[in-house]
Amino acid sequence: MRREAEITVIGGGVVGLATAFGLLRAGRRVRVLDGADSDLRASQGNFGLVWLQGKGAGFAPYAQLSRDAVALWPDFAAEVQEASGIDLALDQSGGYEFFTEADEFSAFKADLEAQEATLGNRFSHEVIPGDDLRRSFPEIGPGVVGATFCPLDGHVNPLRLLRGLRVAVTALGGEIVQGAKVEKVTPVASGFEMALENGSRLDAPRVVLCAGLGAAPLAAQLGFATRVRAQRGELLITEKLETRLPFLSSTIRQVDEGGLQIGGTKAEVGPDDRETREMMAGLAQHAVTVLPALADVRVLRAWGALRVMSPDGYPVYTRSAAHPAAAMVTCHSGVTLAAFHGTKLADWLEDTAAAPDLEAFDEHRFALSASA
Amino acid sequence: MSIASRFLPPPKADGTVCFTLDGEPVMARDGDTLAVAILAHTGAATRTTASGSPRAPYCMMGVCFECLVEVDGRPNVQACLIPVREGMAVRRQDGLRGLRHDG
Ligand SMILES: Cc1cc2nc3c(=O)[nH]c(=O)nc-3n(C[C@H](O)[C@H](O)[C@H](O)COP(=O)(O)OP(=O)(O)OC[C@H]3O[C@@H](n4cnc5c(N)ncnc54)[C@H](O)[C@@H]3O)c2cc1C
Ligand code: FES
Repeated sequence: MRREAEITVIGGGVVGLATAFGLLRAGRRVRVLDGADSDLRASQGNFGLVWLQGKGAGFAPYAQLSRDAVALWPDFAAEVQEASGIDLALDQSGGYEFFTEADEFSAFKADLEAQEATLGNRFSHEVIPGDDLRRSFPEIGPGVVGATFCPLDGHVNPLRLLRGLRVAVTALGGEIVQGAKVEKVTPVASGFEMALENGSRLDAPRVVLCAGLGAAPLAAQLGFATRVRAQRGELLITEKLETRLPFLSSTIRQVDEGGLQIGGTKAEVGPDDRETREMMAGLAQHAVTVLPALADVRVLRAWGALRVMSPDGYPVYTRSAAHPAAAMVTCHSGVTLAAFHGTKLADWLEDTAAAPDLEAFDEHRFALSASA
Repeated sequence: MSIASRFLPPPKADGTVCFTLDGEPVMARDGDTLAVAILAHTGAATRTTASGSPRAPYCMMGVCFECLVEVDGRPNVQACLIPVREGMAVRRQDGLRGLRHDG
């Protein structure tokens, strides 16, 4: 029989699986309980960016964390690839943000200056006026007023990341249980007792809650203050192109297989992941403004997916004050941060001497602001 | 999101039309889909994938994307979703389309 898991991760999205991967690397016996295909799963609908530009412009710890994660990505991707045999198609050759409105362009310039002030020589960026941009890339349309560039930005194939993590976790000896929706967690002397929707019961000495938008009921039972909310993003997928686009941007990226992903809208609409014609039209319009040659490229698919947002939008790494054997991990940008979750977060969860300082991401920040 | 039916009306009984496949004239029943006309003419491959493997129309209902051809200079047309028309210039499609195609 299998040895009982020391740590149970609740949630098998990118966050839960990367966390499990890191704990397995650290020598722990880990079990991942994952819910149903019908759950809202950001990890199956995201854009795949490993992105630094603009992250944490107003919150230095988040700028640092994102910068660390981006630096950890090459080794992390290599490890996941080696354990899983799946190529994540990591490409960190630098990325552009394109602007069609002058005021948004200058506001973002200010953000990047703030980010550079925080990160010093760990960050660099360029601000490129439209005409200079078109000298380098004649295919860029006249409606683009300028772009910013950061050489540290990149992307992965997001579905292969999810699958690669799944296979790697199993290959390292972790157990992933699908269709294992946890309905109730009860703290007991030896840890936690869990009741699953399918009627079974499990014991867990330690738990890490990584259930994305499904976290709320369990967070409350474990004494956490964090309540995440959904934010919808919509995106378009085009037919595959032979031509390689000469750039990567946060709104237009070409995956290794040739298709373009166009995206990234934001809408506060609650738990509703339907796509809308208005948003899709806006995305297509933006893409054609940036790159007029896309006008006759066909869109094959479009979808909406829900981001997992904490109250202030920044990650939460926290231990339960009432039940210290329970930790909670949730974030937006779980792709970018996967390299951190899959490596150094384990030191924090294990409370080793090498633990990174994650005090700024503790959830007491919500409790304080709520009572203030 | 609701999707309108992609099925086309049945072909007319007697009419014929002529189109070209890589420049070679082909006769077809008026109202057949282009994919049907191509299959009736040749079961051979009409496109290749990015890796070069050969494909021919398969699902006949707009799902599999195996029937892609170039029609009147327009790449990646699903041959099963359009009726064949007199004088249509159809080309087999090799690999993926480029960003700008020749009109
Ligand atoms: C449109 C869009 C674009 C994005 N683009 C990017 C990007 O470019 N770069 C980037 O870094 N990030 C991006 N993100 C964010 C990123 O996708 C998320 O941060 C990440 O996927 C969150 O992962 P997760 O594991 O927390 O959540 P999820 O993927 O939602 O996984 C949670 C898992 O928990 C399970 N679960 C829920 N409740 C229970 C329960 N009670 N018991 C057991 N299991 C449970 C679910 O079944 C699910 O599998 C994007 C998100 C969206 C929506
Ligand atoms: S034959 Fe399948 S899409 Fe045309």
